[in-house]
Amino acid sequence: MQPALFSTQQWTVSRLTFYIRKLLEENEILQDVWVQGEISNLSRPASGHVYFTLKDSSAALKCVMWKTSAARLSLPLQNGMAVEVHGKIGIYEISGQYQLYADQIRSVGEGALYQEFLRLKSMLEAEGLFAPERKRPIPVFPHKIGIVTSATGAALRDMLNTLRRRMPLVHVILAPSPVQGMEAPPALVKAIESLNLQSPDVILLARGGGSIEDLWAFNDERVVRAVATSDAPIVCGVGHETDFTLSDFAADMRAPTPTAAAELATQITIIDLRAELQNYQSRLLSSTLNLLAEKRTLLSSLASQLRYVSPDRRIQSERQRVDELARRAYSSLIHQFQLQSSHLKGMQKRLEALNPLAVLARGYAVVTRKDDNKVVSRVAQAEQGKQIQVRVSDGQFDAEITNRQS
Amino acid sequence: MPKSSAQKEKPIEELSYEEALTELEEIVSALESEQNRLEESIKLFERGQALAARCSALLEAAELKVKKVAGDDLVPFEEESE
Repeated sequence: MQPALFSTQQWTVSRLTFYIRKLLEENEILQDVWVQGEISNLSRPASGHVYFTLKDSSAALKCVMWKTSAARLSLPLQNGMAVEVHGKIGIYEISGQYQLYADQIRSVGEGALYQEFLRLKSMLEAEGLFAPERKRPIPVFPHKIGIVTSATGAALRDMLNTLRRRMPLVHVILAPSPVQGMEAPPALVKAIESLNLQSPDVILLARGGGSIEDLWAFNDERVVRAVATSDAPIVCGVGHETDFTLSDFAADMRAPTPTAAAELATQITIIDLRAELQNYQSRLLSSTLNLLAEKRTLLSSLASQLRYVSPDRRIQSERQRVDELARRAYSSLIHQFQLQSSHLKGMQKRLEALNPLAVLARGYAVVTRKDDNKVVSRVAQAEQGKQIQVRVSDGQFDAEITNRQS
Repeated sequence: MPKSSAQKEKPIEELSYEEALTELEEIVSALESEQNRLEESIKLFERGQALAARCSALLEAAELKVKKVAGDDLVPFEEESE
């Protein structure tokens, strides 16, 4: 086919490159691809981005991995290394070169591991080992925390430091176990089992970061089953945030790191306990003060009621009555006395009037016979020659009757 | 009145944090809700104070206890010092 001399469409290099770029970017396969090959021309300039060529016996592919992805690489890259690279195909427009923008790199063996991982995952999932309804709640205030991890790793130190800082009241029981290598899976299973004999409230199953092979023990079927059937709930904190193992799926809770596992198992911290205690202390004080105030109010109201019904008032009025009576008794006594004394005076006057001596004073005399001492008031009593005694106002004298007349 | 029969037997300095806190909790709610006689209330208050002091002392003195499974036994675990 002959090219038309005057094309109907004018292309610039930029526009064409942009057009090709769109074609590539709209292709789903090219945007999510794993490519196997050998690393060559590896360079890592100061920018931190990684450049290399992936090649096999008959072709080569330019690759770039940005700094952020490169930082997450778990294996050190070397020329000649057989790897699988994941990423998307794009165009570097300045040089017109298509290349792979890589975001993950794994060693070739990992591909097979990953297939095994997926097979085991779907099998255990079908069995219901990862079912959400199997998950048990993690106690918020555990007293006994079991830890399954390496006795020498940084993971243990991180977890113990976290527990010490957040909740030093807990008892930690460590069941040390190798966490990588052939011997790790049976040892991890045994550690989980022997920890369960101590009936901890929760078990932390943990391991620090590493390559996918390093973490592989936590994808072992025996370990995953032991996690799923553990009596105590398990928090699994293996590797870094981006690492998922089958033990994570089987565990009651997944933690992104060992430190996070220790944090998730200590939701109530010593700070919470201090606050709780302080709250109780202030309630203890205020309720007692309230009670005392209540009793005091009651007491003073009773005291005023008591004053109101006090016998003092009656005593005062009785006292007044006694005074009154005493006064009346006194005045009646005085009256009686005056009465008696005027009566007495009257009697005296009358007595005086009857006094015979008073009559004698007026010149009368009392004559008595000497022999029988009888008063002579009649002539018949006066015999001739009889001796008589005559009494006058100032004395007496004797006389003899000489001339009787009747 | 709070019962806490088993704990009443124990001297306060032998109570665990949970035991002391549980009894403190009972005493506070007894003081807040029930009508107690004055002497009883004062006794409850004093006991509550002592329990709170016990809890506080336990919190401040708490040191993480770490043991290691060795066969069927537990043995002290010595952390590596850095």
